Order: sequence, then C-alpha cells, then structure tokens
Amino acid sequence: MKKDGKCEKQECKCSRIVELADPFPMHMLKIEKIEQENSNVKSFYFRHKLNSQPGQFVMVWLPGNGEKPMSIARDYGDSFQLAIASVGNVSNKLCCAKVGDFVGIRGPLGTYFSLTDDKAKLVKSIALVGGGYGAGPMASLAELAIKKGLKPANIHYIVGARTKDLLLFHKRLEGIGVNVHITTDDGSFGAKGRVIDVLNKVVTDAKKNKIKIDKIYTVGPELMMKAVYDVAMRENIDCEISLERYMKCGIGVCGSCIVDPTGERMCIEGPIIGKEKIKQITEFGKYHRDATGNKVKY
Amino acid sequence: MSAKSQAKWGEKGFAKSDASIDVSVNFCGIKLRNPLVLASGIVDTTASSLIFAIENCAGAVTCKSISLEPRKGHGSPIIVTNESGMLNAVGLSNPGLNSSIEEIKDAKKRLSQHKNKELRNAAIIGNVFATSIEDFAKAAKEISKSGCEMLELNLSCPNVKDEFGEPFACNPILAAELTKAVKKALKEVEKETEKNLKMPILVKLAPNVPDIAKIAKAVEAAGADGITAINTMPGMMLDLKTGKPILTNKSGGFSGPNLKPIAVKCIYDIYKSVKIPILGTGGVTTGKDAIELMMAGASAVGVGTAVYYRGIDCFKKINDEIVEWMKENNISSLKEIIGKAHR
Repeated sequence: MKKDGKCEKQECKCSRIVELADPFPMHMLKIEKIEQENSNVKSFYFRHKLNSQPGQFVMVWLPGNGEKPMSIARDYGDSFQLAIASVGNVSNKLCCAKVGDFVGIRGPLGTYFSLTDDKAKLVKSIALVGGGYGAGPMASLAELAIKKGLKPANIHYIVGARTKDLLLFHKRLEGIGVNVHITTDDGSFGAKGRVIDVLNKVVTDAKKNKIKIDKIYTVGPELMMKAVYDVAMRENIDCEISLERYMKCGIGVCGSCIVDPTGERMCIEGPIIGKEKIKQITEFGKYHRDATGNKVKY
Repeated sequence: MSAKSQAKWGEKGFAKSDASIDVSVNFCGIKLRNPLVLASGIVDTTASSLIFAIENCAGAVTCKSISLEPRKGHGSPIIVTNESGMLNAVGLSNPGLNSSIEEIKDAKKRLSQHKNKELRNAAIIGNVFATSIEDFAKAAKEISKSGCEMLELNLSCPNVKDEFGEPFACNPILAAELTKAVKKALKEVEKETEKNLKMPILVKLAPNVPDIAKIAKAVEAAGADGITAINTMPGMMLDLKTGKPILTNKSGGFSGPNLKPIAVKCIYDIYKSVKIPILGTGGVTTGKDAIELMMAGASAVGVGTAVYYRGIDCFKKINDEIVEWMKENNISSLKEIIGKAHR
C-alpha cells in the first residue's frame, strides 16, 4: 500500500513525499485443482498467499471471457479455494476452465466480518446464517471463530438451499461440535423450510436457556438477509451482513456499487457492514441498481 | 522556485498559519472552496456518490457522462491498473437523461440542506455525451434545467471509437460547431424560462491530437466558457500469459500518475492561446501535482484516478498537501501560482 511521509533527511526542507504503489494489483494464477461440490458448483484451488478474512472477495478475470466478483470459499494460508456456480456468462465459462489454466485474481477486496462486539470484546455466542453461496464465507467465519477461542457449542451455523443438490459445505463443520442446522425448501435434506424459521427457533431456545446470542452474521439473498436483520433488531442482537451490489471494477473507481444515501462503495466501504451502517443504508431490502445505474426494486 | 521567492523564504524563516492560506478559487465565475474537482467518470453516477465526494473534501464534482438513453457500458474488465497508472474502458455507462437529471436534482436538494453548511454551495458540473451535434444540444438543454452550476461537454471519450468513430475533439471545426449548437440550445432555454441561466460551458478535450491549442481556440471562438484538459490517453495493456489485451474493449483511456507530464504540456499550450479558464485534469495524485498543473495554467484541478491510489479521502490529502506546500513557499493565494510557468 501507499506510504505517506516526510522526507527522511532532516536538513531537507522539501515537502511531503508520497510513494505510490498499485493498491490492488492483478495476479495471474494457475488453477491447481478442480473439485465438483454439487450439481451446480465447482471449487477451484490456487496456490497463492491471499491473506483474506471471512467476508472479503476477489475479482476473477478469465482471459477473453470477462471479470466478476467472487466470494472466497476458503483461505488455507498458502492456497485458497473459490466455489463457483454456473449462473452467468463469466461463471459458465469459468466452470469449463481446466487445471493448468491461468486466471487473473485481484484481491482480497472489501471489508470483512468482525468477531468483536461494539465494545471491541470477543463475542461469545454467535449465529451464522448462509443462504445459497453464502455458505462458504459463513463456514470460514465459523472456523475463524473457533480458532479465536469461541466454543463450538456456542456457534450456530444455519445454512439453507432450495434442494439437497444445491447445498454447499454442510459437511465442512461436521464433527467439530458446531451446531449445524440445515434447511431445504423442498425438504430433500435437513428440515423443510427456511433459514429464518431456524434462526427464530435458535434465538428462542437460547433465551429459554438464558444464553444471549451476541451477534448474528448473514450472507445470502438480500431479502433473506433483511429478514435476518429484522430478527436481530427485534431481539436487540448485534448484526453484520454482506451487502452485495452490481460491481464492475471492484476497486472503488466505477461507482456502480454505491448505495443510498451514504454514497459508500460496497467494494471498498462494504460489502460487510454492521448494524449502525445498515440502519443508514435506506435502500437495503428495497432496491439495487443495474449496469446502467438505474434502480431495480426487490 | 525562483531565486526571489527563495530569498523571501529565507528572510521570513517561518511558515504562514493556515488561516492566512487561501485555497479557494474562482472558476468561470463560480467560487470553489478548494481547486479540486472530482473528474467525470469516477464514483459519480448517483446523487449519493456526488455528495460522498463533496463530504470527502472535493471543491466541486463532475457527473458521469450523461447520454440521452441509458447505457450499460462495456463488460468487465473495465479497468486494469499498475503502479504507473490506470487504463479504463467503462464505455460511458449511465442511467440515461431522465434518471441522471433526477439524481442531480436530488443531489442539489440534499446539499442545500446538508448539516455541514460549508458544503451547501459546492458546485455540481453536469457532463454530457452524445453521438451527434443535435443530440448533444438536446441533452445539454435538458441537463441545464437540472440545477447543476456548469456543464461539461465530453467530446473526447477514447473508449467508444468502435461504436461511434473519431471523437469530436479531434476536429476543430466539428468541436466548434458542437459548442455553438450547445450555446444556442442554452439560449433557447433562457428564452423559454425568461431566466438567465448563467451556466458556463466547459469543453473537455483529448490529448491525442497534433495541436490541442488549435482545438481550444476554435471552441473558445465558438463560445466555450472554459476548457477541461485533458481526457485520458488511448492505451492498451496486455496479459503476458495469454498475450491478449486485458480490457474487454481491448483498448482504454490511460490516466493516473504517468499521464501528468502530458497534461502539463497540453494545459501549458492551451493557456498560451486562449483567455478562458482551464480545468486541468490528468494524473493529479498529490498536492505538488495539483500545483504543477496550476502553474501550467489550470485555474482548477480535476482529480479522478487518485481515488484508486489514495482512497476517497484523496481530496483531503491533496488539499492538505497544497496548503503545506504554500506555507513552505510563503504563498498565501493560489492566484500567485496559476499560470506561473508563463510569467
């Protein structure tokens, strides 16, 4: 990153020297391994020290086929994993990529989840709600929480998908004591229903047992996150969400991911935002903007 | 720095206090609290984004280029970077005339009620792009009713050549005709509304022409009130693994630190040949960069790509660096700096 400072020579009267570096350079990385996660999602592995935190994302460029923001499924330290679903032009092409192909990776980008409360103390009991592809960052956050000393029994990992075939990473946290709650819309796996019903039950049960859930985290479709946020507000629980907006550049320049009315860019000042910020962002759960910048209602 | 001002520095031996340093400028009759103007194309599509830049210390803000119809722009990658600068081909994405005018109106309204009184008068510069002289005039006419203080004509975008051909800024005759047509359209608005619009027209010029001063002179004669110089420089960056251009549009406009010497020369040449003020844009990343463009002849300075290299608070940083430099060099007003290279 940049270094701003005075000229080091004491006798030198010249004014401030600003050293500039490229804040988010693109790295061309080789695909080391590809795994099929479910009927629609493939995982791509790259050997590269990304130094990411749960909630951050990368811009992925497939030469000749475009560039898109992607969440980071898992950061192993020396390598990282992206779980990519075939949902659009770029991701469809990416899913055809082979081991040994090169892709451009820029990042990690954006803000990340914090495991502290508003008094900067480590949280004790948390609920993580992931819908669809939000499962990756939520699982990463659960793993980080355990590393930081949270008891697995105090972590509720709630993850939902439309059907069994589309579930992601539900085995990742099995066997380490985290409370894993799975829902499918059609009941083909786990409980039939929606994540929000499970969250309500988790919160109610915790209250019965006189346990306070300190913070709720969520990544997934916006209206699901809005419902999660509403539960958090109703129960007076701290909350962090991942507010995704149409991103063209991912590095704070083009302005397509700017939210109303704060003007903040969800690729730089977001995508992970806390309770106070969510309150200010009046468009949350109401509308987003398309590639032209026009509003699209939810 | 001249020998004379060096002597002055030695004699006094202390820097002036902040209060005596005046960084405000008068640009085309409009007072800016500092000379830094958010350049068109960077975080400026919505009312919220314009206000965010003003809250981060921009003296004025320019909107993203507005076209009659909404435009999606090019597919990503739209931006590629390295330490020397940035190459972009956004492709003039914008929500179209009607939505954009609503955004400007909203920005004006929200600014007029802003809790920080100092920001309430911050100027908004509209920016228009079209493919024909008639459409330029038509769009300019509508945007002039949005409440923006100035209007910039983008006749130099380097990234839509495949779609629309050579930009107007390459041809002095066409550039002048276009300027005339827009001025005439604004006169019509004045007649219709029986109000004096007092809306300066800035013409944004391209650096990749044999003689930029000639084009500047032509648009001045056609009634332009100011010149914005310069737009980005056409460029290309390849990925060495595949040997292919990185941008979806293949080529793009180069901006950032390494564009500055080109901007300085263009501004210098324009200043020599016209009387209207110049909004100098190109590579300004630090306070010293801004001062260099002003010395070449810029009355105000556009800042865009610096948002990438130094963050959205680059306006505050650059402004602080200007003040620091002025203190060190015993200069109390930017008037002493503007056009210094010519004296």
